[in-house]
Order: sequence, then structure tokens, then C-alpha cells
Amino acid sequence: MGFSMLGPVFRQMFKKPWTNKFPAKYQPSSTTKYLEAVGAGKVKLNPPVPTPPGFRGKIIYDKEKCIGCKLCLKVCPCEAIEFKEKDKKIKIYLARCCFCSQCNDICPTKCLSMSNEFLLADVDPYSKELIVE
Amino acid sequence: MSPEATTKTTYHVPIGPIHPALKEPVFFEFEISGERIIDIDVKLGHVHRAVEWASRKRNPIQILYLAERICGICSYCHPAAFTLAIEAAADIEVAERAEYLRVIQGELERITSHILWAGVAAHEIGFDTVLFLTWEIRERAMDLTEYLCGNRVTKGIMTIGGIRRDITKDMLPRIQKDLKYFKDNFGKLAHIFLDDKTIKMRSQGAGILTKENALKLCAVGPTTRASGIKKDLRADTSYFAYGDLDIDYITPEALTGEVNGDVYDRIIQRLLEVKQSIELIEQCVDKMPAGDIVSEPKIAKVLAQLKKANGEGVGRHEAPRGEVIHYVKLTGEDAPFTWKVRAPTYNNILPWIPMLKGEQIADIPIVAASTDPCMSCTNRVAIVNNGQRSLLNKEQLHRLSVEKTRRLMH
Repeated sequence: MGFSMLGPVFRQMFKKPWTNKFPAKYQPSSTTKYLEAVGAGKVKLNPPVPTPPGFRGKIIYDKEKCIGCKLCLKVCPCEAIEFKEKDKKIKIYLARCCFCSQCNDICPTKCLSMSNEFLLADVDPYSKELIVE
Repeated sequence: MSPEATTKTTYHVPIGPIHPALKEPVFFEFEISGERIIDIDVKLGHVHRAVEWASRKRNPIQILYLAERICGICSYCHPAAFTLAIEAAADIEVAERAEYLRVIQGELERITSHILWAGVAAHEIGFDTVLFLTWEIRERAMDLTEYLCGNRVTKGIMTIGGIRRDITKDMLPRIQKDLKYFKDNFGKLAHIFLDDKTIKMRSQGAGILTKENALKLCAVGPTTRASGIKKDLRADTSYFAYGDLDIDYITPEALTGEVNGDVYDRIIQRLLEVKQSIELIEQCVDKMPAGDIVSEPKIAKVLAQLKKANGEGVGRHEAPRGEVIHYVKLTGEDAPFTWKVRAPTYNNILPWIPMLKGEQIADIPIVAASTDPCMSCTNRVAIVNNGQRSLLNKEQLHRLSVEKTRRLMH
């Protein structure tokens, strides 16, 4: 056949679109109002595509288990971890984090782990949501 | 008007650094007579990011993630070559199972990259329906990558002495399912690319790179193999587990029985390599021995060992675009003394000149894209003096290189 792409193109016309409409099926007239409504529980978000097992998202820090050994500071490629000398604990700036989970691997007490939370966009890189301590 | 101005003359057409046909910044200057290209000049260096310099204050474990960010598509190849270099420099053993897992990751990346390229090539000749079809298949490869590594693009899978994530028994059905999907769709893709009239019209006889030129200009990867040169690092040397696997050189001859070295051959070459990669992953899944995935699970110990290490190492890996070379020198400090990266596109830039000479303007995008260029990987040096950019010629570069070698030796 001379034009072998014609078949797939016509078949595609009757297929369901692949795109997952996230966070809303249609563009809301006002994004801020829409988000407020979501916050108030009036509207439900169209769910995102589920993350795979072992996804590297926002870091979870178990402060009680941390012994302040500073090994994670040594391997962090982005220098996103700060050591708090006073209480011998760490502070992670997620705005700088590259989500490699190397700190999880080196931690001797396994006090760090990766969650599957990935909706971390923020206008302020130092907002409360983006600092783990 | 003076008489000189009315005589026949050629036009100079600048394309780039920012241009709709180019995905990444590179500057071309074409000398054109009518529609025909008489001469071309390429200038690089618009996306220099000082990656090698940034490594001077990081330890090898941190550099793994820096290497990953040299290229978005080769986000496995660069850490792989870097790890090979470090392992050679510090004599670190690698767990046997990890060698097979490394091959699986490398081949999966090749599948993703080649299918991505196939889509881009179709887009460059204005055949966007094929772009969407190929990227639908690529999406499955990306999903499999995400399933194996945790994330889609920055895989974070490589580590010194092994690999970070194992493939357990319960993961195998998903891998086999996806491999079957690739195999089924490979036929479809091959049918579209090899039999379609539009693609044949645009790619056959365009951008010819002769075997002689490919050898002379040191082209690497699919670009050189499409010209009939049997150069493939996976078969030439034995690194990772490639020595135990059944692998042979592939050239377009396997399908068409002849080598022309044109864009069409480069399309065939990449499609054949996708098929080869699927077979290699299957072999790895079958042959993979049980055991540990890292030789030293305590990263702090590895770092201590690297801090004591003295020596230099070269890591070579066959990336989707060709051979990538990393050189590392360790001098008993936290950070390596030097780290040098040579990405495959660096070698595949000069072949553009013989490929494009005599072609038409409309063929520039597809011919340039046929080597699968990746500019941000290639830019390793920029010379700036008092805010002025300057160019160095061959003699000056040679002198500087000799000086640097002497400095390294002392």
C-alpha cells in the first residue's frame, strides 16, 4: 500500500482520547474559584494518573528516628538538606530537591522515605509545604 | 549599481541559534545557490552549562545525578559511562546480577530514544500523524521505565558497584507484556516507515554519508552503522553483560541487502536496533542470575573507598546515539580531580557537512535530525575572555591540550 498511515488515522478517529483530564474535565472559568471550591469540598478533582510502585515523590521525614549523623547531607546532589545544629535534626528544602532518594538509601536508621505526592507546585519556594523538617 | 554586484552570486542564509525547525540551539550558516546548498558552517556552544566544572565540588555519588542531567533522553547513558569510569579508576567490583539489570535499563532507553527519534523524523518531514503514532508506542516504553525506575525521565537507577533497583519475579509479567506490545507494534511501525510512499520520497537518496566519509569523520552509533560500518561498542568490547549475550552488528544490509547511507537507511537502522534491543532484554530476563544487586550496600563505605582511591578510568557505553566516553581522575579527595565527557553527538556533527552539501533547503531539517543530534550533551566548552567569546583553531587547541596533559601528569 502506498499510504500505509491512512488505516491507523481512520481507526484513531473512533478511539477514546488518551489524555487524562486533570485536574478538571473542562477549563474552569476561574481557576482560583475552582480551587477554593475544591478546598471547601464542593467540587471533586478529576484524579491524576496513579503513580507506579516505588515512585519518588515528596520526602517523608520521621524526626524521632533521626540520629543526626549528617550522612544524607554528604550525598545530596542538590545540597537541599540543611543541618540544624541546635537540635541535631535536618531540614529539607523541597524546592531544591531532585527526588533521587539517595538520602533514603544512605540513612542508617531509615527515617527518610519517599511518598507518592507530586503536586508540589508553589509560588513561594520556601512555603510551608515545601520544607520538610 | 556596480558591475560586480550584478554578477552571479550565492546567498548566505543563517539558521539558528533559535529557529522553529531546531529543537535545540545550534547555528548554521548556509551558502545557497537557488535551492541548492553549496557550503555549510556549524557553530556550537549556545547551551554550555558548565556541568564538568560543577563536578569539582561534588563527590562521585552526587555526580551520578549531575551526569543524569547532561541529557534528558540519555539520562541512563551518562551515569552509566561515569560509573564505568569510576569503577575502572577505583577498582570496584560489580555484582553479577546488576550487570544484567544494567543491560535491561540501557536497552529500554534505546527503545525509548529510537522511537522518539522516529517520531521526530516524521515530524521533520511534515508527517505529524506518524509522530503521534510513534509516541503512543513510546508512552508504553516510558510507563515501563517508570515502573522499573520509579520516575519517567530522571531514572536515578545507576549506582557505583551495581544498580539501585532490582527486578523481582512479580515484575516480570509486566515486562513481558510490554515487550510483547513493542513486538506487535514494531511490525506496524516498520510497515509505515518502510513502505509509505511519503517517507520514501523524502528520505531515499537524501543526506548521503558515504562509508569513507563516515570513517574519516569518526561518526558513531546508528549514523555510522547506517553507512555500513560495523562499529558497535556492545559487540566490540565486553562491558556490562553484553559479553554473555548474543549480539551482533546490525547494518541496513540485514533488511534491504544494500547500504546507501541515506536518511532512509538511518531510519531502517534505528528500527532494526529497536528490534535488537527487545531481543536483548528478553535474553537478559532469561539469563539473569540470582544474587545481590550491589557489591557494597553501604554507600558510606563506597564513598570512603573512593576518597582513598587514586587513579584514572575511562568509561565507554553505547548510548542510543553512539559511543559516549567519560574520563575520570581520582586523586584521593572527595571530588574527582577531573571529569571529561564526550557525548556521541560531538562526533556526529561534522558528518552533517558532507550530508548536506548539494541537498535542497527543504531537506535541511530531516538530514540534520537524521543523526539524532543532542546539543546540550555536546556543549562542553566555551571560551570567554573579558566577556568576549573567541574561537580557537586546531593548533591552539592542540597546544592547550598538550599543556593540560602535562599539568595532569605533574
